[in-house]
Amino acid sequence: MTQSLERSVDVEELPPNPVDWSRVQKWGALGGLTMSFVAAIGMVTALDARIIISPWLTMGFVSVGWIPLVYGSIAGNEPSEQGPARAVEGERELVSGLVAGLLSGLFFALFIVLIDAVDFTDIFGRLGPRLVELLTFGKGLAAASAMWIIGSGLLGLAGGAVSVVPRKVRKALAYGIAGVLLVALMEIIVTDITQGLRIEFLSDWIYALNGGLTNQSALVVGLLSAVLGWRSSDQTLTERRQARMQLDPDVRFRKNAIAIAITILAVIFLPMILGGLTNELLANVGLFVLMGLGLNIVVGSAGLLDLGYVAFFAVGAYLTAVLTSPFSPSWAPELTLNFLSWEGWVILGIVLIAAALAGIFVGTPVVRLRGDYLAIVTLGFGEIIRILFLSDWFAPYFGGAQGITQIPSAALGPVEIRGTSSQAMFYLISVFVGIAIYVAWRLQRSRAGRAWTALREDEDVAEAMGINTAAIKLTAFVTGAMFASMAGMLFAVKVGSVFPNSFKLLVSIVILVIVIVGGMGSIPGVIVGAVVLIGILGGPTQPGLLQEFGEFKLLVYGVILVVMMLKRPEGLWPSLRRQRELHQDEIGQDAWLQLEQGAAEGTDS
Amino acid sequence: MSENTPVLEFRGVNVHYGPVHVLKDMNVSINAGELVCLLGGNASGKTTTLKTILGMVHPSSGDVVIDGDVVTGETTAQIVSRGVTMVPENRRLFKRMTVKENLEIGAYLRTDRDQLDAEMDHIFEMFPRVKERLSQKAGTLSGGEQQMVAVGRALMAKPKVLLMDEPSMGLAPVLVQQNFDIIERINNEGVTVFMVEQNANMALSIADRGYVLLTGRIVLDDTASDLLANEDLRKAYLGEVD
Repeated sequence: MTQSLERSVDVEELPPNPVDWSRVQKWGALGGLTMSFVAAIGMVTALDARIIISPWLTMGFVSVGWIPLVYGSIAGNEPSEQGPARAVEGERELVSGLVAGLLSGLFFALFIVLIDAVDFTDIFGRLGPRLVELLTFGKGLAAASAMWIIGSGLLGLAGGAVSVVPRKVRKALAYGIAGVLLVALMEIIVTDITQGLRIEFLSDWIYALNGGLTNQSALVVGLLSAVLGWRSSDQTLTERRQARMQLDPDVRFRKNAIAIAITILAVIFLPMILGGLTNELLANVGLFVLMGLGLNIVVGSAGLLDLGYVAFFAVGAYLTAVLTSPFSPSWAPELTLNFLSWEGWVILGIVLIAAALAGIFVGTPVVRLRGDYLAIVTLGFGEIIRILFLSDWFAPYFGGAQGITQIPSAALGPVEIRGTSSQAMFYLISVFVGIAIYVAWRLQRSRAGRAWTALREDEDVAEAMGINTAAIKLTAFVTGAMFASMAGMLFAVKVGSVFPNSFKLLVSIVILVIVIVGGMGSIPGVIVGAVVLIGILGGPTQPGLLQEFGEFKLLVYGVILVVMMLKRPEGLWPSLRRQRELHQDEIGQDAWLQLEQGAAEGTDS
Repeated sequence: MSENTPVLEFRGVNVHYGPVHVLKDMNVSINAGELVCLLGGNASGKTTTLKTILGMVHPSSGDVVIDGDVVTGETTAQIVSRGVTMVPENRRLFKRMTVKENLEIGAYLRTDRDQLDAEMDHIFEMFPRVKERLSQKAGTLSGGEQQMVAVGRALMAKPKVLLMDEPSMGLAPVLVQQNFDIIERINNEGVTVFMVEQNANMALSIADRGYVLLTGRIVLDDTASDLLANEDLRKAYLGEVD
């Protein structure tokens, strides 16, 4: 406390911004620790298979290389919370970044020496000769250590330079690096699209034979992205969205309509040119969007932290299995999920009604609870439902641990929608997602939607306004449950079998993270969140685009959550409402007060 | 309804929070069109009284009567739809919702939804400032404006009885005066007002009658002018400590 106080005094008294050595030491050491940690948990080894630029840069090295860069940049930057940003002179930032980077490199080199000296493979499977070999590039310890120290020093220097170079240059560089990474990581998708469009020569030229960009294509892609960054508008995304809100309603409506039309066309035509793997990713994303939209109502709109959401997903999946599978243990009506006959609608109806009942069942005892208590009780209920499906008691009806297998394909009249055909599944899921988006959008603007928001804002006052808080909470629960149950139905058909272990707590948490990362209460946010977490990183059991991330998925989820909460608590694509809440309330109020005073003075004189 | 029908009554109301006896055998009777204030210090049970009227707290014995109907045990929603609304202490707007949304929530239980625009116009007429701020987040308004919106939100329900919890709390003196002017004006338009206050002097200056609550018991019940002249009250509440 006193230390920080002294420091802020120093800052005021010593204008030439001396290098803050304790800060540099801290971030340098932290950088070294983070690098060692990343290497120790095996990320470097596991991600080494993913080549970014053939043959010299792999995702493994990117996973440590970003650390001196980012930490170097932080070390040289006075945190902005402590006051208005001061003019950047350069020297301090560059020196801080360089030294922090060198320190990180030194720590990391020591780590490598340690691993080389002591073989930890018996205790920590990854800490062994394989890692050392990878990290020393087969050049010997001394040379490799020097390379790491110098390399991370340079990266730190670059990080420090970030706050020195003009904004445009910074943006162009950021775009360039992001472009190369993105194109390299999206290799499967890009190849899919070029094949679909019969322009394979493009992807053949971009990608090396064993994966990753070639040196030339990396240069071209980087340059193109950099130009894009250079020419891109200086406004932030938020500013642009806010500017759009100022537009004439007619113009805005037309722009929105065009955007929606493009999206719909993309959803219709994209799967045709994409391959199985990409469609599979998209179908998984769709399932989680469906669930995310439901949870977004419960958590985002009504502010009820529901940690047992997976229960409703399970209800939908299990009922579908019972109604369709010939292997349903006790009662097997063997219906088909065919929406051109009555059978499909019966299944959908039963699933929705059962989900609503489950929502009432879980919701009734918890709606009188608030905040943390509600979260804990729902957490319990979610697990209870999973364990019920697993129990011997329910085994005669739901198959216990063996689950229910052989769930037949969905159909549309004579057309079979096989679970294994990811393209067909994607279309089926998209239809439901489309309907769900529309319903969620209408609900947000409905009387119930208003009541949910009021409830989230101030439960007591909402009650005093005559809102039946228990009933309206229950409505939110039931609505969310119905969304999840539809996802469960589609999941059962897609996977072809249901087991209790597909419905673990982790699923609830992942959906919650999607909602939080995307932006609470924002419908596009749910989609963005699902694409990032499910499509790119992968879901609880579903592989994502970065399959190598598999075992580090939860770690990355955690890191994303922490960084988001610190830097962008409103989510990636927030509703404008929430963005203002989190960043502009105080500023806005001051501005209004000033305006008011100005107006008052104006009228007085 | 004749001028002297009690629109709101407490008949021997007792309220307990667990073992704590909060309101003790309370009798209150408010006639239509009156402006009545309930005075009392901290923890004397003022806010509990309002919560009991709204059915957010239920009496352990005794009855709450609105318009001659016993409403004890009814839900808040039922009581609000009988025409009783509250302006909560410290205004408590839905800060992240727009002013317009706040007003709309106020009319949540109204069934004559085609009348809402007219109601809103009426509120704009009373508070022209609110109209200018309509699309702004309620949390960005100044204290005085928030008070206007809080009152407007309650009026959107077109109440017969308006309950006000500490209208002077947390406002600058000039705004307190302005606020009491507003309350008087609403009362003059025929709305019965039941106001809970610590600022006895101010409240009694506009009220018709007043009750004084001391640790859950009504100890004085008189016209506002008599209460203002009452020596004991002056000592207890108007800062004249001996």
